[in-house]
Amino acid sequence: MSFERIREKLNILADAAKYDVSCSSSGSKRANKNGGLGNSSGMGICHSYTEDGRCISLLKVLLTNYCIFDCAYCVTRKSNDIKRAAFKIQEVVDLTISFYRRNYIEGLFLSSGIFKSPDYTMERLVAVARQLRLKENFNGYIHLKSIPGASDELMYEAGLYADRLSVNIEIPTISGLQLLAPDKRHEDFTKPMLKVKNEIVRHRAEKKVIRSTPTYAPAGQSTQMIVGATGESDKDIMYAATHYYSEYRMKRVYYSGYVPVAEDSRLPSIGSQVPMLRENRLYQTDWLLRFYGFDVRELLNKQHPNLDMEVDPKLGWALRNLHHFPVDINTADKRLLARVPGIGMQSVHRILKARQYRQLSWEHLKKIGIALNRAQYFIVCNSRHWQRKDLEPETLKGLIIKNSQGKFRQHYSSQLRLFN
Amino acid sequence: METAKILIYDGSFNGFLTTVFKAFEERLQIADIQSNAICQNGLFSETETVFTQMDKAKRVWNGIQAKSNVAIKNIYFSYLSGQRGIELILYRYIRKLFAKMPTSTSDFSDSLVLKISQLAKSVGREKHRMEAFVRFQLTQDGIYFANIEPDFDVLPLISKHFRSRYADQEWIIYDVKRKYGLYYNLKSVEIISLDLQEVYGNSIRKNDTFSGEEYAYQDLWNDYFKSTHIKSRINRKLHTQHVPKRYWKYLSEKKQAV
Ligand code: SF4
Repeated sequence: MSFERIREKLNILADAAKYDVSCSSSGSKRANKNGGLGNSSGMGICHSYTEDGRCISLLKVLLTNYCIFDCAYCVTRKSNDIKRAAFKIQEVVDLTISFYRRNYIEGLFLSSGIFKSPDYTMERLVAVARQLRLKENFNGYIHLKSIPGASDELMYEAGLYADRLSVNIEIPTISGLQLLAPDKRHEDFTKPMLKVKNEIVRHRAEKKVIRSTPTYAPAGQSTQMIVGATGESDKDIMYAATHYYSEYRMKRVYYSGYVPVAEDSRLPSIGSQVPMLRENRLYQTDWLLRFYGFDVRELLNKQHPNLDMEVDPKLGWALRNLHHFPVDINTADKRLLARVPGIGMQSVHRILKARQYRQLSWEHLKKIGIALNRAQYFIVCNSRHWQRKDLEPETLKGLIIKNSQGKFRQHYSSQLRLFN
Repeated sequence: METAKILIYDGSFNGFLTTVFKAFEERLQIADIQSNAICQNGLFSETETVFTQMDKAKRVWNGIQAKSNVAIKNIYFSYLSGQRGIELILYRYIRKLFAKMPTSTSDFSDSLVLKISQLAKSVGREKHRMEAFVRFQLTQDGIYFANIEPDFDVLPLISKHFRSRYADQEWIIYDVKRKYGLYYNLKSVEIISLDLQEVYGNSIRKNDTFSGEEYAYQDLWNDYFKSTHIKSRINRKLHTQHVPKRYWKYLSEKKQAV
């Protein structure tokens, strides 16, 4: 194997793959079979972090960055003047195994530009996974990209080897897709998604009856949407996400702030800022939907089509719904506790446990780790001291912002000055 | 009244459990429990050396485990923190567990409970870090070798993870701070101590202990690491929060940075 040649390919093909933000290696439990190599522990390990602070747990590469399509938002698009390369199947297998044995990674995330046809490409991705599983007895994590337009047969085989499959929807609205990726149809994305969902459902059901049923994509499927490329609202994005969670049983939807990669009149120009704060707010909303019992319509609707950038979505909701507060920490049920700004799910559990032993006061709440700078205005506890609870939403918001040091403060410091 | 005693043990976890057994059985007043490596005599207390007895240690372990699985894990983990005076803190904690009105391991408004659970948490965090940050280098003899220098004595905690993951390769993980290591010989894990000529971190200088290919793979990994950054998103503060600088010297992708 010529290391120089591999090195060149790796540089090109890892660089092109980095815009896919999903890096999760969790959700799959795969034991090490027959004294082979590797396992997936269910939790997933971050072996390092990029300099922008994202987890590195998988070797994330494209099989090739040749592509017959020309999607405007993508670095790999046909019309872009960049260096192209393609790995051989064996080269990807060797790299994965050698990195894995040195404890650099949890496994492989393989995606690809589309060369020749969707099926021709998908076939090669499946071949890499097959070789890793069957020839190398590799039990680490494998995430394969489902190529839009790939056949059901290939999607079926892919799921037998991969832990996770994903199709990136990229553009949340159909009109946006027509504008930016005219060669692609919406069904090209949803068809493989539907096949994977149906297979997952079928395999789970059969497994209950016949234990030897093979596992199929045990970590489920995920998708990604680009944020800020087409002028869509936060409501458009989160309603689409909710649709994918419920219709296709997505494990995760990822949101990726658009990084300008092309001068194109249809897109934000090169050098425009990546909407990182917005991306962060969307993830927070996603969490509220999945773990905090919120309905998407409570957070985003006709009156509020966009999230408030100054405060997190839970605080935003609370400020619009002050009539639910204050909540009594010592008696409120779990659902309501989870809705208090500044109280995370972990704190909710701690409160529920700790209050079995005594009435909780401010001191206890501080020890438990609640963000009192926000929570104090929305709760009462075992104490005679409280904050005034009759403030106007705008005043309260100003007060809370003044007392908090958000990660993204710099991004909205200009707006903040309005309050000071 | 009886004077309080200082119990001296051999510095092993089982030794510590034996002293707990003795203290309970003889209803001793305990001034302190100290490892023989660092014992200091108290001016007004008697000392007594306790010899490790596996059966007694086992009884204490089982007794705690019967009370609570969380407690036994927290006790073992926080013991491995090696923090000064941890033995006495743990002894008090265990007494609380066995008291007439036992405290719960989840009553975080009790400061002793909180302290133990926090300590256990930091040790747990170090365990995870080591599972993530071990970087094996392939030696000429075909053994995957790694040096570590963890804040706490976590080798006993990570052994199982590496054994089940790397079942088909020989490996050594060596703690240079505590001067012992684990060697997996394709069948089982042994405890070893080595006479290391030098600490094999991630130095740029090549060393002929390792196979030639080893450095090629490290280069590939470094390149890969570099290519993962998205320039317009760089956030160094977040980066070092996740990968604290004290670990860098063992991470091959941090070669240039060190
Ligand atoms: S088909 Fe995929 S790789 Fe090709 S240009 Fe479109 S998004 Fe990029």
